[in-house]
Amino acid sequence: MRYAETGYNLEIDLSRGNVERLETDPRLTELYLGGLGTNTKILWDRVPPETEPFSSDNQLIFSTGLLVATPAPGANRTIVTTYSPQTLLMGYSMMGGFWAPELKHAGYDKLIFRGKSPNLIYVWINNDKVEIRDASHLRGKGAVETSELIRQELNEPGAQVAAIGLAGENKVYMASIEQGRSSASRLGIGAVMGDKGIKAIAVRGTRDINIARPSEFINLCNDVLQYIKIRAPKLVPEVMPILAGLGSPQEMAHYDEKWHTENFMWGNARVRRKDFWNKEIEKKWKETLETVRTRLISCYNCPMKCGAIISVPGISTYMMKCFSKLTYTMAAFVEDLDFGFKIAQRATEYGVDGFSTPQVMAFAFELKEAGILTDADFAGCPSDNEGKFYWLLDRIVRREGIGDVLANGTYWAAQQIGKGAEEYAHNNIKKHEQLPLKLGMLNPIYYLMYCTGEKANITQIEGNFPQAPFSTMELKEEFVKDWVQVPDEKFKKYVLDWEMRGERSMPFYPPVDACCEIVEWQEMMHHIDDAVGVCAGLSSFPLKPPYHIHNYPQIISSATGIDMDESGLKQVYKRNRTLLRAVNVRRGLRREDEKPPEDHWKKRFPELEKKLLDTYYQYKGWDLQGIPTKKTLHELALDYVAEDLEQRGIIKNEQSEEEN
Amino acid sequence: MSKVKKKIKVIKIDLDKCNGCRACEVICSSFHAKPKYSSNNPARSRIRLIREPLRDVYLPVYAGEYTKAECMGRDKYVIDGKEYNECDFCRASCPSRDVFKEPDSGLPLKCDMCEDDPPQEKPLCVQWCLNDALTYEEREEEVEEEVKQEDVEIGLESMINQYGLQKVMDTIARISISKKE
Ligand code: SF4
Ligand code: SF4
Ligand code: SF4
Repeated sequence: MRYAETGYNLEIDLSRGNVERLETDPRLTELYLGGLGTNTKILWDRVPPETEPFSSDNQLIFSTGLLVATPAPGANRTIVTTYSPQTLLMGYSMMGGFWAPELKHAGYDKLIFRGKSPNLIYVWINNDKVEIRDASHLRGKGAVETSELIRQELNEPGAQVAAIGLAGENKVYMASIEQGRSSASRLGIGAVMGDKGIKAIAVRGTRDINIARPSEFINLCNDVLQYIKIRAPKLVPEVMPILAGLGSPQEMAHYDEKWHTENFMWGNARVRRKDFWNKEIEKKWKETLETVRTRLISCYNCPMKCGAIISVPGISTYMMKCFSKLTYTMAAFVEDLDFGFKIAQRATEYGVDGFSTPQVMAFAFELKEAGILTDADFAGCPSDNEGKFYWLLDRIVRREGIGDVLANGTYWAAQQIGKGAEEYAHNNIKKHEQLPLKLGMLNPIYYLMYCTGEKANITQIEGNFPQAPFSTMELKEEFVKDWVQVPDEKFKKYVLDWEMRGERSMPFYPPVDACCEIVEWQEMMHHIDDAVGVCAGLSSFPLKPPYHIHNYPQIISSATGIDMDESGLKQVYKRNRTLLRAVNVRRGLRREDEKPPEDHWKKRFPELEKKLLDTYYQYKGWDLQGIPTKKTLHELALDYVAEDLEQRGIIKNEQSEEEN
Repeated sequence: MSKVKKKIKVIKIDLDKCNGCRACEVICSSFHAKPKYSSNNPARSRIRLIREPLRDVYLPVYAGEYTKAECMGRDKYVIDGKEYNECDFCRASCPSRDVFKEPDSGLPLKCDMCEDDPPQEKPLCVQWCLNDALTYEEREEEVEEEVKQEDVEIGLESMINQYGLQKVMDTIARISISKKE
């Protein structure tokens, strides 16, 4: 019997309309766990690096994590993987909610699409019964609307639906996949879904998921819950309130937006407004939030409440989480939060990424102001800040006029527009829009994470280590006192020694080696979460989370029956991390791509930065180009990768060994 | 019939506090798996969350008695202007809908307040509801003694209703022969 996983994938060839249920190899679970780990393996094995994202050879993988649909709290992630049309690298985006557990209960660990459907379709998976159904009546419908229509049409209130909106249908590079209160937004995977002709995937499942060592496992789950109960209300001092507890950033619960509105940049990561927040705005914004927010809601089997049901009078209800209430507001320079909730409703129905899309729109208006885009490009566009944004959003998702260019994101739009537009696409890493942050002093830990993260999105890399030093020794001691999550005691010392000013402050403290260790730890936790499908909000993202490197091995082992200790789990992490790197290296990723936006920090230190990157690569067992060495690949049982990279001339044997 | 003291177990359900997580369904179905906690399947849970986010309907309902026939009519609640669906508040395992039935066999499910040996301090769904949407109280009451219908009997009765008496008897006879062999 297979435990925690079903042992089956559902494979759908859209070109031929063929559906197959295939048993998977249990050895792959031992080597890569599941979720992102096995997705990466499938992409490596099956989709050659020359494959264009919008080609019928590209595959689109919806995976549950290994622990999804077990009682492990917060194990509910869907990991969607494909080649990204925006970065051209491997794109993986994740969503919480209720979809992945449903797929697993239907009897599948993954749903894998290849080919392209000639007509718009949706897929209906009801346990063993799988149907590809016509979706022409859903063309152009909103993502939330589509889910409701499908549930009604199937008469299945319990079905979970993941859908794209107009943006996905039109292959907008910021297109998301929406699913109830969650969405897989980053890197344009909604566009790949649209390219394949899939409007939605509805799932209903009523099968058991088995546990290998039940009483041991449930005790560990109870420990996790007990810990959450104590930790969640106990906020870490000096950390901004939305990040001080557990869960995703608690944007739906908190009113105080002083930190975001004054520290994040307005426009396209352009202007910092240091004295924006005042009593009057606080009062108004609080009223708005309270009026529109009907209920705080969670994902499957999680006690947190990171999302909310939003009902703005006069427009249809939707769900939101995280930061999107502010992204549109700030990008458009609108001081009324009401606008944020209204435009986010439309954007959710269209199915677009709430981080990139506002920046793309702000970028367009900056180009207009600079005379790079002209009035002709904006014929018919209203002049008020709110109206402008609605107008442009409508153009982008329809790919009309200038919207067609902007639909490819700031990097590609700037290339196409030329005339110096590149200067204005100033907030990208690996062609992907970043958080609108512009800071003073180089942070060496963040430097490494920004440069080297394969997801090209800082929130998916940062986490367990504090973002800044605490101000007093008492606070530091208080913090490290019950810090059981550290992989090694030395991390406590880094926190104790780290200071705001002086010798032991940034950028030279933590020292280079320590920075590598800290980044490695944070990356490791994200990779484990993404393989087992536990929400980062309970593990890799907040400080002092319930899941960590010391309890994960036993949790995984008792659920799955796989022998797993700490060093075994670390080895799996290294393997998964390295394979992901290899997938991207094979698609052309090199050192020169690994850099933060030029203006991210005012104070830069080229020598230190070079040393950081050199040391990090070495630490990972990669050469100076960021390519895993043959030796490293061998140690991780990835010899097949080494062979392939060698054949392609990417690993030039002796040379790269020497470099290392 | 004589009067006896009876412990009344009460689960208080506060709809406003429910975040829709379905942890109650998870733990209930896992606890009742055989062996205990050996599997998870909310479709087997004896508490079900009726959840329609867009209408803000978040309603945990406990499985009550099995009924062989659906009601003569339907009821529909409107509370504070929010309309619930037909039968939403009903606890019955009823032929009119598929909740509170084992997914494969269709056998009825009923909340047992987590009967266990030794007894659980609180029902498990309450323990796993960290949002206090479910809370637990006990009180004593004097009630008339009654004869309790056994689980097996309830199960058999529902099978008889579904397949007819003769078919069930034949099947039992056949199974008992094969078990003896
Ligand atoms: S922590 Fe928040 S985002 Fe994560 S599973 Fe729980 S409710 Fe969902
Ligand atoms: S566990 Fe509590 S909060 Fe979660 S669905 Fe059940 S009743 Fe609601
Ligand atoms: S009280 Fe026990 S049996 Fe009843 S629904 Fe809750 S967990 Fe299930």
